[in-house]
Amino acid sequence: MLLQQLINGIMLGSTYSLVAIGYTLIFGVLNVLHFAHGEVYMIGAFVGLEFALLTKMNILVTIIVAMCATGLLGVMIERGVIRLIKREYPLAPLSATIGLSVIFQEGITKIFGADTIGFPDTFQAQSFQFGDVSVDSTQVTILLVSFFLMATLTLFVKKTKSGKAIRAVAENPVTAQLLGVNIDRVTMLTFAISSALAGAAGVLVGLAYNAISPFMGIRMALLSFAIMLLGGLGNITGAMFGGLILGIVEVLSTVYFSSTYRDAFTFGTMIVILIFRPAGLFGTKLQKGR
Amino acid sequence: MLEVRDLTVNYGLVNALKGVNLRVGQGEVVTLIGANGAGKSTLLNTISGIVRRFHGSILLFGKEILGKRADELVKLGVSQVVEGRAILTRMTVQENLEMGAFLRSDSLKIKNDMEAIFSRFPVLKERRNALALTMSGGEQQMLAIGRALMSRPKLLMMDEPSLGLAPMLITKIFAIIEELKQEGLTILLVEQNARKALKIANRGYVIETGRIVREGNGEDLLNDKKVQEAYLGGSSK
Repeated sequence: MLLQQLINGIMLGSTYSLVAIGYTLIFGVLNVLHFAHGEVYMIGAFVGLEFALLTKMNILVTIIVAMCATGLLGVMIERGVIRLIKREYPLAPLSATIGLSVIFQEGITKIFGADTIGFPDTFQAQSFQFGDVSVDSTQVTILLVSFFLMATLTLFVKKTKSGKAIRAVAENPVTAQLLGVNIDRVTMLTFAISSALAGAAGVLVGLAYNAISPFMGIRMALLSFAIMLLGGLGNITGAMFGGLILGIVEVLSTVYFSSTYRDAFTFGTMIVILIFRPAGLFGTKLQKGR
Repeated sequence: MLEVRDLTVNYGLVNALKGVNLRVGQGEVVTLIGANGAGKSTLLNTISGIVRRFHGSILLFGKEILGKRADELVKLGVSQVVEGRAILTRMTVQENLEMGAFLRSDSLKIKNDMEAIFSRFPVLKERRNALALTMSGGEQQMLAIGRALMSRPKLLMMDEPSLGLAPMLITKIFAIIEELKQEGLTILLVEQNARKALKIANRGYVIETGRIVREGNGEDLLNDKKVQEAYLGGSSK
């Protein structure tokens, strides 16, 4: 029973991690809280749904299409809004992303209606039984896809030139420029990657809960913010583990207490962790809150 | 190589630089000395493209740099060791050096250059896989210089390379600058250690509240009464 719930928690948490990683990357590079990131995730779910309904393609193709769409959306948000706002006013981009988030919610409501809708039956899951634990193919897909994406991202950031440029800009933008890094390009790339990850998460969550709505991003943005803080500002590994922890806490509290209070437990966990480790699980004292 | 003409930079309401003229010739070591807040770092940051709004003209290899971004200037051959070293602490020593060669794609030559830097600074080789965070101040300064050299600069600008270092390390840093000078590298050196800087430099400029107030050979400035009083702690020994 517990093992089963842990698996469910990790599955849910891995989708949280995907969104939170993007949130963290964007904060690291730009020092901007991107509140519309939750809506990028939501739009990913809708693009995935529509694409699946129209083409009846398999889930992997659906995820890739959703990732391309949200990646492009991310670039448009960066070039069309955030880049136009002067860096000297830290609250301005934050307010702009809140505005964007409302626009996206209402835009999608206008197109699809405010009701919760499900994914098509084409993705109906098969169940596998291992002793007490039952896993269905949807869960396997979610786990495999999200862990594959996280591993790829980790390698990208660690090993490639662009990944190193992202890390350099996150730590010290002036130094990065003096080494020849084009900040605008890195920022755009960061938005593309982060938004694509959020889009994948949107499809995965839509698949898992068979329920998507124009307002599903609100809670996700809040969760990502919490995960970023408890993982350690700007720390990608922290965001991965933070997401998994909150996913497990949420599932366990739903099962053993009540789903009504699940958010009280998840955010309570964040507060407790921050009391004992104010810089987050993977944050260091030296980490400046730039 | 570098010619700064009538450069004025405004920071908000303050004039950080007020009509600065400065010239650095090919293969020269030129030093800029002055008190804190006189505008030394502003001048370097303007030449390297970090400060991008200015009046006047900055010619690099005879071409105006106005409007160019910092990364474009790196490509043209400018490299700056910033004050306080600004090592990327969450990267390893080797990754820092690799970042120095960010705009280069000749991987074989990059490898050779890195070996050359390792033989110049053996401590970097020993600790190549250590996080830069764990390096001492002196080691970080050597890493910063090594990283700046990795871009194969034509003009190396150094902002207070001896700041906060122990006397032995200061001697070492100046020995390195002397080496680089012998190798023919063009250097613009900002230093608070005016005596050492003027000794090593071909020429020097003295900057006060955004204006160049004196210029001349390193030797002449060392013997200048006013310079001695203000920056060398009385008459030279």
